[in-house]
Amino acid sequence: MAFYLAKRLGLSAAVILLVVLVLFSLLYLIPGDPATIALGPRATPEAVARYAEKMHLDEPVWAQFLIYVGNALTGDLGVDVFSDRPVAEIIGERLGFTLALVSAGLGWAVLLGVPLGCLAAVRPNTVFDRITGVLSVGTIAVPSFLVSIWALLIFAVGLGWLPAIGAGEPGDLGDQISHLILPAFAIGLSWVGYLARMVRASMLEVMGENYIRSARAFGLRPNKVVFGYALRVAILPTITLIGMGFGGLISSTVFAEIIFARPGLGKMIFDAVMARNFPIVQGGVLVATGLYIVVVLISDLVIAWLDPRVRESL
Amino acid sequence: MSVNRSELDVGQPAVDSSRLPEEALEDTMRESAARERREKLRMFLTSWQGMTGLILVLVFFASAIFAPWLAPYDPNAIDIANRLSGPTAAHWIGTDQLGRDTFSRILYGGRVALKIAAIGVSVSLVVGLILGMIAGYGPRWLDNLLLLLFDTVRAFPTIILALATVALTGPSLELVLAIVIITSIPQYARVARTATLSLKAADFILAERSLGASTPRILFHHVMPNVVGPLLILAAMEVPVVVTVEAGLSFLGLGVLPPTASWGTILNEGYLVIRDTPWMVIAGGIPLILTTLGFTFLGEALRDIFDPRMGRGR
Repeated sequence: MAFYLAKRLGLSAAVILLVVLVLFSLLYLIPGDPATIALGPRATPEAVARYAEKMHLDEPVWAQFLIYVGNALTGDLGVDVFSDRPVAEIIGERLGFTLALVSAGLGWAVLLGVPLGCLAAVRPNTVFDRITGVLSVGTIAVPSFLVSIWALLIFAVGLGWLPAIGAGEPGDLGDQISHLILPAFAIGLSWVGYLARMVRASMLEVMGENYIRSARAFGLRPNKVVFGYALRVAILPTITLIGMGFGGLISSTVFAEIIFARPGLGKMIFDAVMARNFPIVQGGVLVATGLYIVVVLISDLVIAWLDPRVRESL
Repeated sequence: MSVNRSELDVGQPAVDSSRLPEEALEDTMRESAARERREKLRMFLTSWQGMTGLILVLVFFASAIFAPWLAPYDPNAIDIANRLSGPTAAHWIGTDQLGRDTFSRILYGGRVALKIAAIGVSVSLVVGLILGMIAGYGPRWLDNLLLLLFDTVRAFPTIILALATVALTGPSLELVLAIVIITSIPQYARVARTATLSLKAADFILAERSLGASTPRILFHHVMPNVVGPLLILAAMEVPVVVTVEAGLSFLGLGVLPPTASWGTILNEGYLVIRDTPWMVIAGGIPLILTTLGFTFLGEALRDIFDPRMGRGR
């Protein structure tokens, strides 16, 4: 177990390091002065000089890279070009909105998708199963940013039931929740389909196993067999799927934040791209990809912890 | 499965004393392969999912290729007097903020989607196939290095990677293509790698090696034909991803630039006037959904018929 843990951690660290390397070298792939590129055409000459000094642009490139990595490790991601505030501080303010949206979106999808998949697997090839199957493919095929736009059109602009933009008044929980509903619906919808399909497929496989037959033969209640025994095994591939699909979830979160003007990480990166505020882009991208890598790592570890077959083989 | 009498008769090899038993066996094998092919074609033609997918895909191809003949107006012809009109006899699904005919723009937008999908999918398939075969067949260290690279690319959520790059280079069609290709290569490479690994120890590969065949010969003559099938199915499933990425990036203003019509730019312009007219965001989304749905249905039907095991994974 310790070896496995060390290996997975080492691999994740290597990937993050490579991501930093790519982000760092992007600046140097573009011809021109890195300081001017990073700060954009609107930066004052003083800001350029300060940036050049701060980024140690007079040093060789490899030394600059090491300094950048060293700074990032201590939480120093540079400063915002316009407000001069530390990038890490700005990200800290925005991260909460993104995490709330991701958890709400994934949360309702799990709460609906997993039971749907179970029910479909318990009654395979019935009308219910077929309808769930078609709806699953349907929701998977609709791009999430389109769901965002249409949800905005129908429920905010057309019916006026829910607010269209922003994240709600700070401190007013009800207002914040009402601002969360539409974007969370939009990013979760295709996940309902994904999860229902995945759970159905692995449940069908598990339900054919001998120990499920034994449990049934002992006269255990069907609900206990399905949710107590079969689901515990069938949920494992689903956890892997959530881990692997998290990158896609981040992408749809970026869209939802932009469309609903929600001040999260994605909106921050987008605005920074438009303003050519590269320190913010660099820091934001690093945090977003780091988030993804951590989630994949956690999902792998949860599997190793939950599945005795994997646990024993470590 | 019930087996009727006539099928049994076909299945029994006819004994012909004038021929060598090997020849008779070969004939039977060829016959059964042909029968299997016919059976698969029949399965495809009778699956409603496969046929719906095929029809949608054909409509997509036809409307994109014949757009100049089908479009009632020039997609860039401005008519301010008739701006933001709803569906009328002259403009079937209305006009945009400059009075351009939305239906014509959608037809032309399909051309952009088709172009990106055709180039993006074919280039990433070929590169992914080669890298995957190298990873699967080559030495262990090369495999590990390539896997690390694939993981790194996957660690960037597509939109985040696009945002980071656009911040430096500015939006363009070429950039969308590059991002689509870079992010999908790992998908193909992983499938090709797994298939190559399982072939590596197969008897016919070992025999070929012991006869002194060169590595490129083994890879391209013997491994590739066995690996390319699942990749083609994956390609059908990747088209929706590619089309969605193009539309999404263009929607954000990071891809195809106005005045060029693309489903993404139509959605973007529609989003900006969403409070004045719902028609543009409705009309821009429908072809996107139909195309993704078509390719998803087609890919799934092909996968179920040719490779039922591939269904798990993602």
